[in-house]
Amino acid sequence: MEKFTQFEGIVAPLDRANVDTDLIIPKQFLKSIKRTGFGPNLFDELRYLDEGQPGQDCSHRPINPDFVLNRPRYKGASVLLARRNFGCGSSREHAPWALTDFGFRAVLAPSFADIFFNNSFKNGLLPIVLDEKIIDELFQQVAANEGYSLTIDLETQHIIKPDGSRIEFDVDPFRKHCLLEGLDDIGITLQDAELIKAYEARRKANSPWLFDVIK
Amino acid sequence: MAGKTLYDKLWDDHVVKQREDGTALIYIDRQLLHEVTSPQAFEGLRLAGRKPWRIDANIATPDHNVPTTDRSGPIADEVSRIQVQTLDDNCDEFGILEFKMQDHRQGIVHVVGPEQGATLPGMTIVCGDSHTATHGAFGALAHGIGTSEVEHVLATQCLIQKKMKSMLVRVDGELGPGVTAKDVVLAIIAKIGTAGGTGYAIEFGGSVIRGLSMEGRMTVCNMAIEAGARAGMIAVDEKTIAYFEGRPYSPQGDDWEKAVAYWQTLQSDDDAEFDAVVVLDGSQIKPQVSWGTSPEMVVAIDEALPDPDRESDPVKAEGMRRAYEYMGLKPGITMSDVVPDRVFIGSCTNSRIEDLRAAAAIARGRKVSPKVKQAMVVPGSGLVKSQAEKEGLDKIFVEAGFEWREPGCSMCLAMNADRLGDGEHCASTSNRNFEGRQGYGGRTHLVSPAMAAAAAIAGHFIDVRDMA
Ligand code: SF4
Repeated sequence: MEKFTQFEGIVAPLDRANVDTDLIIPKQFLKSIKRTGFGPNLFDELRYLDEGQPGQDCSHRPINPDFVLNRPRYKGASVLLARRNFGCGSSREHAPWALTDFGFRAVLAPSFADIFFNNSFKNGLLPIVLDEKIIDELFQQVAANEGYSLTIDLETQHIIKPDGSRIEFDVDPFRKHCLLEGLDDIGITLQDAELIKAYEARRKANSPWLFDVIK
Repeated sequence: MAGKTLYDKLWDDHVVKQREDGTALIYIDRQLLHEVTSPQAFEGLRLAGRKPWRIDANIATPDHNVPTTDRSGPIADEVSRIQVQTLDDNCDEFGILEFKMQDHRQGIVHVVGPEQGATLPGMTIVCGDSHTATHGAFGALAHGIGTSEVEHVLATQCLIQKKMKSMLVRVDGELGPGVTAKDVVLAIIAKIGTAGGTGYAIEFGGSVIRGLSMEGRMTVCNMAIEAGARAGMIAVDEKTIAYFEGRPYSPQGDDWEKAVAYWQTLQSDDDAEFDAVVVLDGSQIKPQVSWGTSPEMVVAIDEALPDPDRESDPVKAEGMRRAYEYMGLKPGITMSDVVPDRVFIGSCTNSRIEDLRAAAAIARGRKVSPKVKQAMVVPGSGLVKSQAEKEGLDKIFVEAGFEWREPGCSMCLAMNADRLGDGEHCASTSNRNFEGRQGYGGRTHLVSPAMAAAAAIAGHFIDVRDMA
């Protein structure tokens, strides 16, 4: 995974609550066996006026001009501003894959669904929980200022607004560390291989029925 | 000191290492695999030159993409075929047990796991699927994970987890006739909202939950995720233990005795404290129907649809207006004014034998209304299907005008050929009514199996208690 440090990006506002994973990436695209290439189908049902098919060239499809990501002013956006319970629904990691493939690196919302939140960190997408009032203000500022950008600094845990003011945010220390260093979780866990083996041996002794049954 | 909750007990039993930052390395006893969320995980293993840590902890079956009609030939949709083939190839390569599409044990992972005894009380269970919470019905700690975590579990048999908060949802009293587990869980979601359980592990308790069969308990835990909770669970009792007697992968002989002794400890202590407690009166729950595009947008069958103008929370009101527009419905009507174009009885929520019996009891000797274009019954697994056929349920359905299909996820998410047309309403026993979930432009109404069958017969949503 690439290291995540500091970046500045245009903010795109998605003004609806409970954005679910079916909306982020509809199921027909889950048939892919790859991790990449989901960007053109991000928010497919909102972005296009027709029904998308996997493997299709999206450049010739009819665009929904009303959808926020299709407005020229949000072109190249890398920060998504969202409402509460973002990412609810299924466990599909295709949701953060589609968001990052499109170019998003951070999502700001008052709350996230647990599995989506977790999946995001594993893919270099930073979900930031902010107070509902701050989110409201950001929606207003984005609407009022074309090209509105924010700088996200993970190291110091700050969002820096165009006027230089800062918003502090919380992030789990372990997840922050992994993002900053671009670390692979599996590698970290395998450093504890001896502990896992010792646990397993104890478990096998007290719950033997859990082992060697399914073959 | 307060006693332990069931969740505390399951958690404590699986901690490999507590870390300073508050996370812990948790041992995973069982991983269920299906074709949609595993290919990238296997690919990741290969790219890193890693091997699965413990082959016998995994079991796989394809479910999302499989056709529910004739299976003698290859899957017609090429992309689906490749995905299922990829699961077969990965399981063959790594030596993981898989019930392939032609195997009579194939089915929806969440139906197959318990049915085989591959899900057991006291286990930690994961699957790259949010409805893994289903398995919590057996006093297990079960939750959905993403593909990176599937790979992590394959490679290490562990997950890095932070302990969740605990919530007790207690449903007291007794259910009225015609009210089922599905109505209970829809009523719970309507009460706490789709984000009400976010950050929590929910334990369902109270006399109503204890009174449910294991199938009913699975239906309730299955939809914990629709209430925002990654895990839902129910204490072990005699019904739980009886369920596992004689299942293929259940403990045998001495092990059985030992296992039962342990399983019997899997309840919250009387003095356990929860971070949140929600109480419902079971006797007040009526048959439920969802009207909108979120599982919290639910009404009782005889209730008028709510008016967004009377909703004080502006974000919520806006969501309701959008839902009305998408669903083509108006506040003030009741669901009995709505005609389902299609009826779907199936999914990991409601495709077990008891669900099919409940639907068949309504369908018996009646006919599907000509207003309904299609009504289909999709059993959750090959074994559920053969059991139903043994009981003659398939004949009841077919005679009434329902289609009797092969097992799989089917129209729950429409990854295979079974789907709604644009603008069509569906009485569905599945778990999600999101926009486009059952097909582009499709409009889903979540109901119990009996309510779905009743809607098919009546040609509109109807209180099943009026049909008995
Ligand atoms: S039946 Fe539906 S909810 Fe259940 S696993 Fe399949 S697609 Fe997911």
